[in-house]
Amino acid sequence: MNPASFISPVLHDTLQVSLPLFRTELALAATIVLVLLVRMLPVLRRLDSGVVALGGILFAAFFAWSDLRNVAGSPWLDGAVGTERVELFTGLLVFDPLTAFLRFLLAGFLVLFSVFTRISGIPDREDAADFNVLVLGATLGMCLMASANHLLAVFMAVEMASVPSYALAGLLKGRRTSSEAALKYAVYGAGAAGVMLYGISLLGGSLGTLHLPTAATRLAAVAAAGFPDGGLLVLVLGGLMVGVGLAFKLSAVPFHFWAPDVFEGASAEIGGFLSVASKAAAVALLLRVALGFGMPAPAAAGVVESPVAATATLDAEVQAETRANLAPVRHFIVAFIGLMAAATCTLGNLGAYGQTNIKRLLAYSTIAHAGYLMMGVAAAVALAGSSSLAASTAVAAVAFYLATYVFMNMSAFLIVAVLRNRLRSEEIASYAGLIKTSPGLVVLMGVVLVSLIGLPPLAGFVGKFLVFASLVDGITVNAERSILLPLLIVGGVNTVLSLFYYLRVLKVMTFDAPPADRPQPTVGLVSLSGAAITAFVVPVVIFGVFWSGLYTLARLAGDIVS
Amino acid sequence: MSQPAFWPLTLILFLPAIVAFVLSLPIIPKAREELIRWIALATTSVVFVISLMVAVPALGGFGGALFSLGDPDMQLVVKLPWIDAFGIEYFLGVDGISMPLVVLTTFLSVLACGASWTISKHVKAYFVLFLLLETGMIGVFVSLDFFLFYVFWEVMLLPMYFLIGIWGGPRREYAAIKFFLYTLLGSVLMLLAILMLYFNSDVSKLSGEQLLATHVVSPLLEPAMQADRIAELQASETPLHTFNLLALAAIGQMPNSPFATAQVFGYSLEVVAFLLLLIGFVIKVPVVPVHTWLPDAHVEAPTPISMILAGVLLKLGGYGIIRICYPICPGGGFELAWLVCGLGVLSMVYGAFAALAQKDFKRMVAYSSVSHMGYVMLGLGVWSAVAGREYAWESWAQGVNGAMFQMLAHGISSAGMFFMVGVLYDRVHHRNLEEFGGIFGKMPVYAGLAVAVFFAGLGLPGLCGFIGEVLVTLSAWNYSHMLAVISAFTVILTAGYILWAIQRVYLGAEYRGPHEEALTPMTQRELAIATPLVFLAVLFGVYPQSLFDYVTPSVNQQVETLADWTRDVRDPELRAKAEAMQTTEVSVVNQVVVNSGVSTQ
Repeated sequence: MNPASFISPVLHDTLQVSLPLFRTELALAATIVLVLLVRMLPVLRRLDSGVVALGGILFAAFFAWSDLRNVAGSPWLDGAVGTERVELFTGLLVFDPLTAFLRFLLAGFLVLFSVFTRISGIPDREDAADFNVLVLGATLGMCLMASANHLLAVFMAVEMASVPSYALAGLLKGRRTSSEAALKYAVYGAGAAGVMLYGISLLGGSLGTLHLPTAATRLAAVAAAGFPDGGLLVLVLGGLMVGVGLAFKLSAVPFHFWAPDVFEGASAEIGGFLSVASKAAAVALLLRVALGFGMPAPAAAGVVESPVAATATLDAEVQAETRANLAPVRHFIVAFIGLMAAATCTLGNLGAYGQTNIKRLLAYSTIAHAGYLMMGVAAAVALAGSSSLAASTAVAAVAFYLATYVFMNMSAFLIVAVLRNRLRSEEIASYAGLIKTSPGLVVLMGVVLVSLIGLPPLAGFVGKFLVFASLVDGITVNAERSILLPLLIVGGVNTVLSLFYYLRVLKVMTFDAPPADRPQPTVGLVSLSGAAITAFVVPVVIFGVFWSGLYTLARLAGDIVS
Repeated sequence: MSQPAFWPLTLILFLPAIVAFVLSLPIIPKAREELIRWIALATTSVVFVISLMVAVPALGGFGGALFSLGDPDMQLVVKLPWIDAFGIEYFLGVDGISMPLVVLTTFLSVLACGASWTISKHVKAYFVLFLLLETGMIGVFVSLDFFLFYVFWEVMLLPMYFLIGIWGGPRREYAAIKFFLYTLLGSVLMLLAILMLYFNSDVSKLSGEQLLATHVVSPLLEPAMQADRIAELQASETPLHTFNLLALAAIGQMPNSPFATAQVFGYSLEVVAFLLLLIGFVIKVPVVPVHTWLPDAHVEAPTPISMILAGVLLKLGGYGIIRICYPICPGGGFELAWLVCGLGVLSMVYGAFAALAQKDFKRMVAYSSVSHMGYVMLGLGVWSAVAGREYAWESWAQGVNGAMFQMLAHGISSAGMFFMVGVLYDRVHHRNLEEFGGIFGKMPVYAGLAVAVFFAGLGLPGLCGFIGEVLVTLSAWNYSHMLAVISAFTVILTAGYILWAIQRVYLGAEYRGPHEEALTPMTQRELAIATPLVFLAVLFGVYPQSLFDYVTPSVNQQVETLADWTRDVRDPELRAKAEAMQTTEVSVVNQVVVNSGVSTQ
């Protein structure tokens, strides 16, 4: 074989197709290098690494935004032809609306996050460069998670997002709890990654490919022909082991034990970052893997023939057949995710009951919310068998939930951070009677907590409503009803369960008398940190009442199922 | 397309919320408590006046919106798109069922606001929450979109939680969280029912006439555009889901309705959804056995909030049953009429006995609410449209009219009773029934008004409590003699606890409790709150037609439609099923006969 004939398509694929749609990640990578250089070169040492990082992030966010605008089906196209689903780097990654949506979500979040960390003062100047590099690196990994199309890319992305996170958890070097958190996180993470890698090798070995769409086609063929003895066992084991890796990233029960310790040990800012960005990426990855195995890849126009993964565009008939043949796979995935979602939701909420530390409480709340999100994923996979439209609505529900969750949870952690700076405490009891001195802050915290419960007219309600709606949709069209119906009931019961512990925080802040020995701090909203918090909380209200716009974007992300 | 009712209804609905928002900004300093009180009172008064101008034809309407008396259909409809993706709309309107309840809400809000003058802790926060609560309550009564309805239903929870939890009595935190948990449980069940109904609904199956009547296609459009829109909807191949309450009702009453054919847990959706919605609503009503939040919440809440709780919040449950449960899931109502009636009678009797046993004045009044709301449930549940194959809907309509009247009358009398208890409590700071006595001598004007209000609660003829109870009891006779007899006898229990309370508190030679010196006559402010309540209690007792003019047309139309539904849809189905059963039985019998014949041969 002539090497040139092999190289030139790869070159074309990389330069012409992949890199232009990879600008966001490139910008992040360049920023990392730049921040490191700033530290090393004496000429540049005067520069504030935070500003450099922020500049790079702004570029990344701009690229992500323009990619999102140009994606096929976006409302800004004005009749122009948008970017269709396209596989990057010979099938390792995929660019589609979900990728664009998640990238923009992550990059946009990063902008707000880095602005806020400068205000709240963690990290200090000494650590700022390390901190920024780690955060950028983790985000880079998360962007890859959101666009993974190949099990190897899945593994690499997970590792790329995890390793900086371990270091971030230990950023408060002087504190024992912080170091313990980092160690615990790293050990857990390494274990989960090992199991996942083993699962990937099992799947790869039995299917002969790691490329998700190809794997789905092969799996459908195997399922149609009847699973060979033992072969089924290997596939199920492989699936479960990959599930373990994903569950670790999602902090899903029973792989959630690291979350409360890490959140308690790490600073509130890092807690917010891990609970929001990491969660968003993990849910996106779960969607990718679950839908990747559960349904044939959507027919894409103009796929470049890739030499590594040979995916011809499937015509509609073959696709329908593959979809039908994958029914047992979907059943397995829905049962697995559904069971885990129910357990995660319930144990997360029950675990939050006994907590006295606000960060541990938020950690358990994060776990519970991962459960609701997984319910949406289960509904999406279940619906993928019968109706593409309904399945894409379910994906949109998850995407919407994620977008609102960014604001809800981040604001909760920000308020905790601001209060930590003033109170030097993260115990719930130390918030007693804050309403007297900082009424504005307490009202904002109230809005956030009520939104986390899921009461209208706040954004948290809409996300929950959409997820429940997808579950009911699945029940109505009888897609995996025997799993989705119990799941719906579990979700409903959990909403009531969660009321108690969120309200307890609010109760301490409002009903309880302030401590007699010292005055509670005054945090006005007319201050830098107050304004930053307000900027995060206002969307929680706005997206609760006027959610049409955001939902249009989420629908766009849902287009991956079509 | 202009909607004349847009501004009046929106103003009634959102003016309190807007003022609450403005108050919460640091424009008015916290210390100006008197100013804040007056602003809140002015706001509630303006809202009341607007709602009254809209409701009473003699007042000539407000901004082009005037309720037309005697028109049974939905009026003053406002309809704007909100969330297109789910067809959720800003869809408001009133009919004879909701209009009086809206006016009751705005009226009691004014009185409760006046009764709030005694609140001295965190005045600003109190009135902000109070005004938000008012918006939530009015929103529930005027929403015709199920999603919007649910939003307002939930919006009420949080202000109420804080109003009880911060300004309440000694066990306020417990009472507040209990109230919240109970109601949230009910509303989650409601949400599930809403979603199930939504995904099974299909507007494209409705006729053109129905599409116009339910405002799916606005009747304000040009006729040509209407026809186009109707044709477009009916031609749709995919099911068009809707949250429109009127459209859902039309779908629920269709022959072969999707709600009747869809199955959940082996039961038809209309039964399951009816049950889920019913649980959500009866928690609010409340009926035994989900009533336990009520005595705690009522007792711990400050007086004005107790007035609102008893006067308005309990009515939301009854309103939900009339507006949503029965029209949308008639099959469920038909099947479960025994449950609704049974629960009604159970709460009636249990509430009365519990009230008899109370030592705390306010707790006694709280249990009397449980007992009185039992009449509402009984009146709503009496599905006596089919009496011996005669489709006589009149008796059922009598029950529902009675229930509506009972709700409005109870709104007046229970708010009055709580206020009267509050007046005493403000003076002597205790509520122990054993430690009162001789109030007639110390505060004659107060005692006279109070006794009038308590007699109204008792159901004395000539006062407002009587009419509703009589109508409900009469209508129950056609459904079940036993339930009617029990509910008639409950009146004796009611008389027992109220007369006994009057005797212990107001009569007697002398006052036996602490703080005797504080028993001063009623202030002007208190008089201004008590007098309208007593006046209305007498007015509605002597001239009930003033309320029936509003209620009856809409109630009768709804009941008649549902009776027709029983005759045209449900009865043939039942008969067909019975016949099918009979034929199989006959064939089985034949088989047996044939077989045995063979064997004997």
